[in-house]
Amino acid sequence: MLTFILKRMCLMFIVILGVTMMTFLIMHFTPGDPAEMIAMARYGVDDLTQEDIEWIRVQEGLDAPLHIQYIKWLNHAIHGDLGCSLINGQPVLSEILVRFPATIKLAAVSMLVALIIAIPVGIISATRQYSLTDNVSMMGAMLGVSMPNFWLGLLLILLFSVHLGWFPVCGYGGFEYIILPALTLGTGMAAITTRLTRSSMLEVLRQDYIRTARAKGLSEKVVISKHALKNALIPIVTVIGMQFGRVLEGAVIIETIFAWPGIGKLLVDSIYARDFAMIQGGVLFVAVIFVIVNLVVDISYTYLDPRIRYEGVK
Amino acid sequence: MSGTGTMKSRKKLAFQQLKKNKIAIIGLIIIISLAFIALFAPFIAPHDPIEQNLDKRLLSPSGEYPMGTDDLGRCLLSRIIYGARVSLKLGVIVVGIITVIGVTLGLISGYYGGIVDEIIMRLVDVVLAFPGIILALAIAGALGPGLFNVMLALAMVGWTGLARVVRGSVLSVKQKEFVESARALGCSDLHIMTRHILPNVMAPVIVLATLDMAFIILAAAGLSFLGLGAQPPTPEWGSMLNNGRAFIQTAPHLTTFPGLAIMVAVLAFNFLGDGLRDILDPRQQRELKE
Repeated sequence: MLTFILKRMCLMFIVILGVTMMTFLIMHFTPGDPAEMIAMARYGVDDLTQEDIEWIRVQEGLDAPLHIQYIKWLNHAIHGDLGCSLINGQPVLSEILVRFPATIKLAAVSMLVALIIAIPVGIISATRQYSLTDNVSMMGAMLGVSMPNFWLGLLLILLFSVHLGWFPVCGYGGFEYIILPALTLGTGMAAITTRLTRSSMLEVLRQDYIRTARAKGLSEKVVISKHALKNALIPIVTVIGMQFGRVLEGAVIIETIFAWPGIGKLLVDSIYARDFAMIQGGVLFVAVIFVIVNLVVDISYTYLDPRIRYEGVK
Repeated sequence: MSGTGTMKSRKKLAFQQLKKNKIAIIGLIIIISLAFIALFAPFIAPHDPIEQNLDKRLLSPSGEYPMGTDDLGRCLLSRIIYGARVSLKLGVIVVGIITVIGVTLGLISGYYGGIVDEIIMRLVDVVLAFPGIILALAIAGALGPGLFNVMLALAMVGWTGLARVVRGSVLSVKQKEFVESARALGCSDLHIMTRHILPNVMAPVIVLATLDMAFIILAAAGLSFLGLGAQPPTPEWGSMLNNGRAFIQTAPHLTTFPGLAIMVAVLAFNFLGDGLRDILDPRQQRELKE
């Protein structure tokens, strides 16, 4: 178990190193001279002189070879210094940390919505495989996967805010503000989670211990709720971890539609403003969080499923 | 080679099975119709998709304008018809690129193993470490707005799944006797990879490429919705939806129809991909379909 965790941790560090390299390189995809862009952001376009640009280039270490720049940047990043916003000069990390709780809040409520829909529907579908209920819910899941969440968000606004006037169109505040964005994100996630719950449940229902439980004369209700569900939940843990990445993805668009001041909106706003320091920092932050969440999910998965635990020891 | 005869009969068998899979057939019919619409857009569209008609702004659906008009008086139906061109072309190009990259790297990785495999798979891990859209968003954001940059960004992000699947299939295929015998006959590595292994790993590639079409169309529409993709006046579904957002209260048809178009296209490829998976990949069928 311990070797498994250590091995996964080593792999994680390699991946994070790769992630930093890639994030760093993205900045260098940008057409144009970074020194000029920083200078423009700081001094404005009008009274910009060539000396200013050169001064910035030396000041920011942009005249050094690429790998030296990378190592320097990485060193800063490790110490929590992701640079300053090109627009307002604020430290990137503190700006991200201010915005992050809003995203976490949205993610948590969306996941709750997804699980509330997906687990019961998935179980019912699996226990009544190929029935009308099963077909309808699988069809619904397919629609949910294929529906653009930005469209769903707009339709929900149209129905619940414009026509019915139940919820605010957008913004951040009390409970009523989170319902529409969380529904938008949550239903999309529910679609995938339902399919996985169903397949995981079907897999479990085929196992010998379920046959044993039934043979013992236990009622179907007990077999499903006590024996099957507990085991079927294991893969669902992984799904929740995977879904976290999807929440972050979805948040980018959903937060923009609903003017939700999270990290997704921050990223999109920085892209509009061409604030490359902020884009770089934001993407790195999201990726590192995502990698860590995946590691935690992997470890908890091994912990929950003894079969994997023993394989890991070998 | 394991004989072209069996290969053909296998294809025939797969096609017969496909005919029985109603959902897949629905998907295929929608895709063919969309391709037809895209191809013959100039003949089908009732109006010019770009031409503005400012005294006919924001009209509700009517006989002359079946889906109404947008804020510049352009026929929404015509724009959606031309939008099929944009989305399908983009999807085909990007999926083509990621299939070539994914299959090549997967083949090399699985066939040679060792350090090459290790490097390619770590690269896959790194790309997968980013939530996909966010990486594409960052790349597209860094490159600047435009459809070409969106395609580039999606291609850079999208190849990993294919590389992994191909590598996995190659690992099992390369143990087979016909590969051993080809090697014993002195065939070159390139010959073995392209003539003996590749045909035997194509089934999952076809499935994944079809499902990737759905993903790419959706992702491209999402990026265009954010204003990073197609620029006005290009009729693109995602950017049309974004444009309609401002008029959600007065002209809801501007948000309804483009979204519907995206969903129909994505759904069609998902239907077909799912159906193909049932037919071509019985193992995954049990895992995912059930």
